[in-house]
Amino acid sequence: MLSYFLRRLLMAIPVMFFVAVFVFLLLRLTPGDPAQAIAGDQATPAQLQQIRESLGLNEPLSVQFVTWIGRMAHGDFGVSLISQQPVLKMIGQRIGPTVALALVAMGLTVLISLPMGVLAAWRHGGLTDRAVMAFSVIGFSVPVFVIGYVLIGVFAVNLKWFPVQGYKPLADGIGPFAHRIFLPGLALASIYIALVSRMTRASMLEVLREDYVRTARAKGLPEIVVLFRHALRNAAIPILTVVGTGFAMMISGVVVTETVFNIPGLGRLVVDAVLARDYPLIQAIILLTAGTYVLINLLIDLSYALTDPRIRFQ
Amino acid sequence: MSVDPVLSVRNLKVATAARRPAEILKGISFDIHPGETLCLVGESGSGKSVTSLVTMGLLPRGELEVTAGEARLNGEDIVAATPARTRALRGADMAMIFQEPMTALNPVLTIGLQMDEVFRAHRAMRAPDRKAAALEAFASVGLPSPARIHDSYPHQLSGGQRQRVMIAMALALKPKLLIADEPTTALDVTTQKQILELIRRLQEEQNTAVLFITHDMGVVVDIADRVCVMRNGEIVETGEVEKVLSAPRQQYTRDLLAAVPALTPRPARAPHSQDRVLELIEVNKVFSLQSAISRLLGREGHSVHAVNNVSFRLERGRTLGIVGESGSGKSTVARCVLRLEDPSSGAILVNGHDIAPLQGQRALAEARRAVQMIFQDPNRSLNPRLRIGESLIEGPMNAGEARVAALARAGDLLEVVRLPRDSLDRYPHQFSGGQRQRIAIARALMMSPDVIVADEAVSALDVSVQAQVLDLLAEVQQRQNLAVLFITHDLRVAAQICDDVMVMRRGEVVEFGPAGDILARPQHDYTRALIEAAPGRDWDFAQGRRIPEPA
Repeated sequence: MLSYFLRRLLMAIPVMFFVAVFVFLLLRLTPGDPAQAIAGDQATPAQLQQIRESLGLNEPLSVQFVTWIGRMAHGDFGVSLISQQPVLKMIGQRIGPTVALALVAMGLTVLISLPMGVLAAWRHGGLTDRAVMAFSVIGFSVPVFVIGYVLIGVFAVNLKWFPVQGYKPLADGIGPFAHRIFLPGLALASIYIALVSRMTRASMLEVLREDYVRTARAKGLPEIVVLFRHALRNAAIPILTVVGTGFAMMISGVVVTETVFNIPGLGRLVVDAVLARDYPLIQAIILLTAGTYVLINLLIDLSYALTDPRIRFQ
Repeated sequence: MSVDPVLSVRNLKVATAARRPAEILKGISFDIHPGETLCLVGESGSGKSVTSLVTMGLLPRGELEVTAGEARLNGEDIVAATPARTRALRGADMAMIFQEPMTALNPVLTIGLQMDEVFRAHRAMRAPDRKAAALEAFASVGLPSPARIHDSYPHQLSGGQRQRVMIAMALALKPKLLIADEPTTALDVTTQKQILELIRRLQEEQNTAVLFITHDMGVVVDIADRVCVMRNGEIVETGEVEKVLSAPRQQYTRDLLAAVPALTPRPARAPHSQDRVLELIEVNKVFSLQSAISRLLGREGHSVHAVNNVSFRLERGRTLGIVGESGSGKSTVARCVLRLEDPSSGAILVNGHDIAPLQGQRALAEARRAVQMIFQDPNRSLNPRLRIGESLIEGPMNAGEARVAALARAGDLLEVVRLPRDSLDRYPHQFSGGQRQRIAIARALMMSPDVIVADEAVSALDVSVQAQVLDLLAEVQQRQNLAVLFITHDLRVAAQICDDVMVMRRGEVVEFGPAGDILARPQHDYTRALIEAAPGRDWDFAQGRRIPEPA
């Protein structure tokens, strides 16, 4: 298992290299000029040329690429073209809230959607099943900012149970942290709750037809044991896949939630960087996201072996 | 009998829970006494499995419901009991073992945990006592090294071992009633014999009443005290096993018994053709299991010799049976003949041409026409989304035949297999299993083959249907002068249709010769063991009497 893990990590290197090439070329092929963005509309051609030279933007693409990769190999991801700060430091400041938000959202997703999906499959065709399905259609079709504003309107403005906006890190204590992150977590989770509960339901419906479920019932086990110990573990693999990729998608897809709830996270940093053509920052964030995907995929694959003893890695 | 019955079923009716309910059980009644084995025997759809599910309180909710009658376990009506009460009875006072040991155990939980659940659900016992009881239960069903079994997962055990685990779980709390639903149907004959003996022995030790469900008359002979013959949700005949088998009162029972193929081989057919259509010369198939990394580093992988030096000849108009248990390599031989598998070495001559070295669909086209296949399960071998006509003409059209001409021939062939011509426009689900296997035969004939390979082609069918399909196969064989390679685990079927028999074990040919010689005077110990394990071999179904033991 350990050697499998290490081999998969080695395989991540070429993947990351291709991502780096792709990101680099993609940014340079899109219209827009960072020098123009820095200097503003009034800049003379001479000023623009000077800025380009100081940033190395007038070098051939291949030289720029090699320089960039070479610096990254030494841990230097570059300096933001706009703020002149190291991009790693900028990302470091913003990644905390985003990861916290994604973790809370995923936690809520699992806590809410697993029981919902299991219950719907158990009462297949009944009222509970139809309610869960209707709920998941809503979760899919209502945009996250609508859900966010509705949650704010109901629970923050009217009932005053939660603050309207803002973020406090976990270091400030679990109470303030949880108080502020619950609503944005729930808003972000809504679509994943819809997705995972449907997935759980479908997977459970399949497993509940299996012979070993009948065996478990024939032993006189309580239904809850039959459902959660015997059926759910066998239904877990597609659910794990969705939860894992969902988590990776959250890291890169939180911008709307962060904006609605005014959270200083990575999502908003990306948007600002893209609008300003801040090449080093965009490149670093996309590489980071790609790395997260690779790592999470590896973790998903490893988790298969933990739920199903028949899966062993060579 | 003065003792009260363990299970007493009275006028039990079950119907589908649809708007227009269909009756599945039409008022059946029977008793089972302590220490007695009652066999419910019948063909698919007769309602025998539904009877067992009612008794266990396991009817699928929202699909089937009891509409009348009662099923009393030790006097207590299970039909009227609360769900909590039936759950308390299940596993403790009544227990069940199922047909498919490969799927009846949960693949992601250890055997020990699954056993432990039985004790935890029904008894207040401390953990060490539960473990000791589990180990004892594993030992009592003859499992080797119970401690290792306890920590194993189901996929680490063989089919026979898994069925022993199921029996150990079922009998752990010494239930009064054991329901066995086709518990040996999925097992090899030698394993089946051991499992039947095990059930017998434990039943005698614990004085258990056994409700045994089977479609196999041979198994009935071996295990039943009394038998209920079921058909379409009714019990048509019931009585002591010897009486029912020797003097059946109902025509249906007589038909059922007459359909059981005899173990004594039919007289050999005289060879009338020297035209050798299929010949295998020292064919080997080695599967090497090698990971990508090992291949990269040139390391040796792990290999399995699935077919070891197999040679045989098959002439036009003859039937060769390949007989063996699971893992014997018989299906791999068939797949090599069809070139679905590439043989590792050796020659496969089809009409005199070696097809073993050929590569690519174009080179193999002639062999693909000459050798056709009939598969085991007609429910899965026909594409459910294609009309029968499309399935039949697909092969000939690939070979270049015009659509209209192929459809006309398909219609003719459906009549040959005794199906109406308009079946062309219907879908597979509109046919019964036997009809679908007729369609599969027609599909094979569409290519005007020289050889038909039939891999367990009648194993999934009820005995009466089995007989009809075998008759049809013999008829088309004669009409088209075909050679048939018939792969089966069933010695009775082999005895009735094969001219020659080849017995295989672990990839090797154990014995090969005329069916009459091999089955009547087996030379090899393994062949003898197979014949001895055939269920009901001491009963002559045609004459309705016990076969006297040879002195």
